[in-house]
Amino acid sequence: MCLAYMMNYFPEEVLEHVFDFLASHRDRNAVSLVCQSWYRVERFSREKVFIGNCYAIIPERVIARFPRVRSLTLKGKPHFADFNLVPSDWGGFVLPWIEAMARSGVNLEELRLKRMVVSDESLELLARSFPNLRSLVLVSCEGFTTDGLAAIASNCSVTPLGELAIGDADAMVGLILVLAMITPKVALTLFLMELDLQENEVEDCRGQWLSCFPDSCTSLVSLNFACLKGEVNLAALERLVARNHNLRSLRLNHAVPLDALQKILMQAPQLVDLGTGSYVHDPDSDTYNKLKSAVQKCTSIRSLSGFLEDVAPRCLPAIYPICLNLTSLNLSYASLIHSSELIKLIHHCSQLQRLWILDCIGDKGLGVVASTCKELQELRVFPSDIYGVGSAVVTEEGLVAISAGCPKLNSILYFCQQMTNAALITVAKNCPNFIRFRLCTLNPTIPDPVTMQPLDEGFGAIVQSCKGLKRLSLSGLLTDQVFLYIGMYAEQLEMLSVAFAGNSDKGMLYVLNGCKKLKKLEIRDSPFGNVALLADVGKYETMRSLWMSSCEVTLGACKTLAKKMPRLNVEVINENDLIDASSDDRQKVEKMYLYRTLVGPREDAPEFVWTL
Amino acid sequence: MESIVDREDGLNLKATELRLGLPGREESEKETMASFKNNKRASPESAVADGSKGDFDAGDGDRETAPVAKAQVVGWPPIRSYRKNNFQPKKAEGEAGMYVKVSMDGAPYLRKIDLKVYQCYPELLKALENMFKLTIGVYSEREGYKGSEYAPTYEDKDGDWMLVGDVPWEMFMSSCKRLRIMKGSEARGLGCGV
Repeated sequence: MCLAYMMNYFPEEVLEHVFDFLASHRDRNAVSLVCQSWYRVERFSREKVFIGNCYAIIPERVIARFPRVRSLTLKGKPHFADFNLVPSDWGGFVLPWIEAMARSGVNLEELRLKRMVVSDESLELLARSFPNLRSLVLVSCEGFTTDGLAAIASNCSVTPLGELAIGDADAMVGLILVLAMITPKVALTLFLMELDLQENEVEDCRGQWLSCFPDSCTSLVSLNFACLKGEVNLAALERLVARNHNLRSLRLNHAVPLDALQKILMQAPQLVDLGTGSYVHDPDSDTYNKLKSAVQKCTSIRSLSGFLEDVAPRCLPAIYPICLNLTSLNLSYASLIHSSELIKLIHHCSQLQRLWILDCIGDKGLGVVASTCKELQELRVFPSDIYGVGSAVVTEEGLVAISAGCPKLNSILYFCQQMTNAALITVAKNCPNFIRFRLCTLNPTIPDPVTMQPLDEGFGAIVQSCKGLKRLSLSGLLTDQVFLYIGMYAEQLEMLSVAFAGNSDKGMLYVLNGCKKLKKLEIRDSPFGNVALLADVGKYETMRSLWMSSCEVTLGACKTLAKKMPRLNVEVINENDLIDASSDDRQKVEKMYLYRTLVGPREDAPEFVWTL
Repeated sequence: MESIVDREDGLNLKATELRLGLPGREESEKETMASFKNNKRASPESAVADGSKGDFDAGDGDRETAPVAKAQVVGWPPIRSYRKNNFQPKKAEGEAGMYVKVSMDGAPYLRKIDLKVYQCYPELLKALENMFKLTIGVYSEREGYKGSEYAPTYEDKDGDWMLVGDVPWEMFMSSCKRLRIMKGSEARGLGCGV
């Protein structure tokens, strides 16, 4: 009490300076709740705004509260949209946000979007409206084409003075303004530093978007277009890389062949993060030899990904020299690399902290990872053969080996054929530091194959041991018991994903009652119904969102909930059976998505989404 | 469990339905699934047929039978559609045939054969015999290719060298990366019930 009292005697500039040290939006949110003056100082000093659900608030109110916003992060669709559970026109449009910021003269420098619908029109407006835009990051977005990218690229430039202090936006703007007074013809334009496209669905319009970067664009630090499906102008790409000496991160798409890669690396030995395109060539060729020597000069590479579509395993040795320094390796798209070659590669990677790999590495391969990668913190093992009956999978053995060999492991995503309680209990003992634990058995309701029991005890051991667990995804045969354990032990849990699990409403109730820090709960195909949904309606205002699909919740219960809680949007998504006034309240809803909001029902919902 | 039957099929045709599988097995599988799934409604697009799922609720102990092609559940396994779309079907070379290298110990150069041309092991072995002018003989589970100086082997997805003939043909097709015909004492070592 004393300190806060004293702090109020400090001038606001001092408070603001102190708040500058608060990077996380959670800390800033907490600080703004202390008192009126702290709220006021904080809101005028916040430059990075994070909106976890774009429908929880409208852009005008965000801008009004944080007038000095320079960096905006927005998330749109619910997480299950990743797995085709959300109809494609559900919503999550970024255009209203860009329009509002343009109207209000926001000095936007960074825009980061996840699971949002981004139209070419939005990108064009973005490019036109914000002269200081330097960073655009799109993750799992859709709705745009390479024409939209061309608009972003075209507007990127620096002043005729050439390269100035990169990243010092204020100095740059100041200089430009001075120049503008002297030489009115100097236009205010973007100097783009980061264009990062991660796993977006982008339509290819066969344009030459890459060629749209003007010759005066020399400010790029990060360029990631790995998700693009179409061709790129290789000559333009090489020239672009050659003139952007500050380029640190470059991720190519599959249309960039190995010989182009070699030329690019010659021009960019300063790269820290590289994503190759396709990777196939004759290892006895001159090109390959040139690649080898180019790679050897790239002594700064710490992160490697790519190997998209076509890979010639005999060309892999060229990258061995950089493996020693790698802290991050993503081979999860390299489906054509055989497990024996993967293992050979891993042997060189003793500094790895993050590894994303396909399950064709096998349990044996994971054993090699366990004995080689002692610094490993994050592991993701993706399935390589989801349609067939191939033997290329991993089991509980691989996971146990990793847990035994990698003491720093704190984050795992593991797709596997099967799992046992004994293995999970061992893993829990070996790795009490898990923050994220996501297990996915390819058969969603498979029991422990040794005991034929549900996996309740195994996951129970995980939540009991990993006291810092924030994110958990369950799979396998599971009863209400696992939820009892989660409610009892998972005190820090913020996000829980449930599928085909539980026996009764009790399961869901254990979680809602027990997990005080729960922010996101998503449930599919589980027998939870109205009793669980309505037991503690106030709980949902402490959470960001709840998703339930193919459960036992009825329309009537959703209506009841919506009536009791005006600050929640309860959306019922029924594609097969459109909801209207005459619908029977006893009918079960296909999908329900509810989230807290300050602004009531959204206006852009399609007809199969009914906000109660 | 009875209620499922009553609701879906009041005539209780299940009792007289012709099915493949041991009698009584179907009942226990359904019981397991029913008590834990609690009459979950299948999503419209899902084609989860109880029978095929039964094969995958491991514990049949019956791993040797080539499993039925997996029925698709919407959104499972939970992988981003972007990632799913990027999977090359393993037999992308399918249109052009599935060529694998064949090496023979002592031969100056390797050959290639298209596995898709053959429907079963005897055909493949005959083709190898013709190609390399040798006799491999007949496979037996206990003794491999006893009586022959040669043993046909293949490298599987894990990088291990396996004797040709142990696993069902389809499984062999999907896991065979290359072939090698071993000769002499090495071959005999493989052939003798290791």
